[in-house]
Amino acid sequence: MHNKTIAELARGLKAREFSSEELTLAFLKRIEQLDGQLNSFITVTPEIALAQAIEADALLADDMGGPLTGVPIAHKDIFCTNGVRTSCASRMLDTFIAPYNATVVERWRAAGLVMLGKTNMDEFAMGSSNETSFYGPVKNPWDINAVPGGSSGGSAAAVAARLAPGATGTDTGGSIRQPAALCGITGIKPTYGRVSRYGMIAFASSLDQAGPMARTAEDCALLLSAMAGFDERDSTSVDQHVPDYTATLNNPIKGLRIGLPKEYFGEGLDPAVGKVIEEAINQYRKLGAEIVEISLPNTHLAVPTYYVVAPAECSSNLSRMDGVRFGHRCDKPKNLEDLYKRSRGEGFGTEVKRRIMIGTYALSAGYYDAYYLKAQQLRRLISDDFTNAFQQVDVIMGPASPTVAFNLGEKSDDPVAMYLADIYTIAVNLAGLPGMSVPAGFVGHRPVGLQIIGNYFDEARLLNVAHQYQLATDWHTQAPEAFK
Amino acid sequence: MEWETVIGLEVHAQLSTKSKIFSGAATAYGAEPNTQACAVDLGLPGVLPVLNKEAVRMAAKFGLAVGATVSKRSVFARKNYFYPDLPKGYQISQFELPVVAGGHLDIELDDGSVKRVGITRAHLEEDAGKSLHEDFHGMTGIDLNRAGTPLLEIVSEPDLRSAKEAVAYLKKLHSLVVYLEICDGNMQEGSFRCDANVSVRPKGQAKFGTRAEIKNVNSFRFVEKAIEYEVERQIALIESGGTVVQETRLYDADKGETRSMRSKEEANDYRYFPDPDLLPLEIDDSFIEAARATLPELPDAKKQRFTEQYGLSAYDAGVLSATREMADFYESVVKQVGGDPKLCANWVMGDFSGFLNKDSKELHEAPVNAAMLAGMLKRILDNTISGKIAKDVFEAMWNGEGDADAVIAKKGLKQITDTGAIEKIIDEVLAANPDSVAAYKGGKDKLFGFFVGQVMKASQGKANPAQLNELLKKKLSQ
Repeated sequence: MHNKTIAELARGLKAREFSSEELTLAFLKRIEQLDGQLNSFITVTPEIALAQAIEADALLADDMGGPLTGVPIAHKDIFCTNGVRTSCASRMLDTFIAPYNATVVERWRAAGLVMLGKTNMDEFAMGSSNETSFYGPVKNPWDINAVPGGSSGGSAAAVAARLAPGATGTDTGGSIRQPAALCGITGIKPTYGRVSRYGMIAFASSLDQAGPMARTAEDCALLLSAMAGFDERDSTSVDQHVPDYTATLNNPIKGLRIGLPKEYFGEGLDPAVGKVIEEAINQYRKLGAEIVEISLPNTHLAVPTYYVVAPAECSSNLSRMDGVRFGHRCDKPKNLEDLYKRSRGEGFGTEVKRRIMIGTYALSAGYYDAYYLKAQQLRRLISDDFTNAFQQVDVIMGPASPTVAFNLGEKSDDPVAMYLADIYTIAVNLAGLPGMSVPAGFVGHRPVGLQIIGNYFDEARLLNVAHQYQLATDWHTQAPEAFK
Repeated sequence: MEWETVIGLEVHAQLSTKSKIFSGAATAYGAEPNTQACAVDLGLPGVLPVLNKEAVRMAAKFGLAVGATVSKRSVFARKNYFYPDLPKGYQISQFELPVVAGGHLDIELDDGSVKRVGITRAHLEEDAGKSLHEDFHGMTGIDLNRAGTPLLEIVSEPDLRSAKEAVAYLKKLHSLVVYLEICDGNMQEGSFRCDANVSVRPKGQAKFGTRAEIKNVNSFRFVEKAIEYEVERQIALIESGGTVVQETRLYDADKGETRSMRSKEEANDYRYFPDPDLLPLEIDDSFIEAARATLPELPDAKKQRFTEQYGLSAYDAGVLSATREMADFYESVVKQVGGDPKLCANWVMGDFSGFLNKDSKELHEAPVNAAMLAGMLKRILDNTISGKIAKDVFEAMWNGEGDADAVIAKKGLKQITDTGAIEKIIDEVLAANPDSVAAYKGGKDKLFGFFVGQVMKASQGKANPAQLNELLKKKLSQ
């Protein structure tokens, strides 16, 4: 059962080939047996999962289920789940039991999805390798010595290893697309504002966006339909109709204009990855697409811009973790300052502290104009690049990551090298555009992801373009040997 | 040397919305600690602010009332600092682009002249919670009920030149926000709070002196005292060769002095930046016009109308229009009496206000309502009772003995207007005081008052005073 896609599982549940309870038990058993190798879950919630599965079965028995009722999933541990620890992979929130559900959690629950547990991630979503987690690194199912990418590394590894057929992720600078690429699964970061951020612990509020991670574009379409939409509790969510993303999956893509930004194929790209991407583009050519070379001239500014904007926002967002109302509090504080210093000093890991310090500096009096304000101006230039490009093309394609998964520990001592792992994904967040990663092949036995970037609110087209590719290829069906 | 004082005020007016500025929790004062704080107010991980439209409407009303620009686009910013009663570690406020910019307020000075005080800006922000230092044995309790209560911070230009002017401005502003029904004005509960920026400079110098900011002075009296103290301190300091340092000072009401709280060097770097959780606030013309339509008649306009419509002096009109409640009460009395607005004004400002003060009651708590007062004034006007008797009737009404007619009937206070009856009493009084009559006739005119008093006393105060005067004059000239 675990090799079936969500669409197949939903059909099986509807046809009563198996019950949600059986399905849920099967996945819980796999997690128990296999996750020791991966560490993809922080918290497994068998009681909740079984209770929700039994509820789903009751609905299915009455033919009252929706298109996803009874399908088990996992949530990245950045989403607040009522009554369940929501740690954000930080010691700071190790004891934090959320008293409410995130909108995304609520919506998936309303769609009948069954929560298996909470997945591992980089601490507060800050990282590209899932090595900054307080609960230890996640391993890549394709190669236990490799990182799964980050920050949604737990979700990516769990889906790739068939421990869950789908999961939530969040993407601030590539945190859905890069781990999806490195683990050989499909993930979509929607347009900023498409999915509510309420209850999703903020890293960088103007960049954060939730999205689904699964094995196929069709599954992502199903999951996104149940996730997207306006939420009055999030002022930055956009009040715009949510289409049925599965309805347009089979639209023909003949004549589709694909832009290839020359900046995404230059220095820094592993030639072997480049070759895989070229083959994927060839496949699209065969499907009738027209390939156009384009330029995104400000691409080189994306990483420096991001590493001002994101730390600035995070330095403020993480101030609420002060040891006063919830989360880690140091032992026997001497006074208020000691309480703050030690609680935060002990509660946050190195990378989080690094970013808080960078952000605090960038916002300081006398530096604000040179850093934060300048970064906002560059952000506009980067968005303009895309706006111009989308006058010529329908979608933009390139690699999701310059390399395949690197080895655990390989970049942990070199933050800048780590930051460059997101070089192709970050600009999309700065512009607020939707982007996807789709399995496109391998270098050795490590997967390569093809990134597809769309115009604002063009998720339906992205999913359609990805689905057509998946009908013609089988990269997305391949499973890591140890987790078949 | 002659010194000039320069004062600018920052007032925090708590807006009287039902719910908080960024959450749905209630704003009512006085609830058990932490019972009116939801997940958003607690700053739990993952929560997001959603702007309360009512708070924006109130800010717009204020802007229109002080002749300011209501900005079509304003931006919420985060003011970052750590404090235990500030749950998020930042306060959502407005920094570069406030919702209200550039207005003014006219205040009346002691010499009767009018001074225009500039209002630089007014911006929306959230209040913090409260730290409770008592009752926790060396620890601090945090009450977050107040966290997220909407505030309008109103910043004046440094146009004020004395403590008195500062108080006049504050009182006027206080009256205005209460008139507008955007703030309950309760200073004890902290609904209307003030910080004062005070500096001095040699008279004639254009450049401002270094200022000290005096924090949270929460009554008109304290504002005056704190500023006066601070001005004297600064002058004494400079004259003895010292220099004023830029700092925040706290007023100690018990000692009547200000003392240093933190210097500029110790001040926080607030690291303001636009709040990415809130889109820029965009206000369209129809919203502004809708707010304009809800503006009541403002104090200055009302005062002007009172002088014109009711023929009141500027002073009386000012007193009666000082609060909206008092003005409404007065106008209700006039309307029900159907005339003599001056008599109505005298009674509202006189006995009625006197009894309120004596019993420390708010107007809405008065045992005599507008209808009762009007009913009594009508009895004065139709000569049923004299103005003097009315004072007794009023007191009886205040003490809950019923309306004017009931009191008059019960106590037999109806005025004597029968000429014959009054003449009879006059005759008796004159007969009983032959010496005085002789003295009066001998030229001691002042004794007339004595006879009036005696007759009034003999009539138990019920003789109609005008008739009494007339008849007495006649009798004495016989």
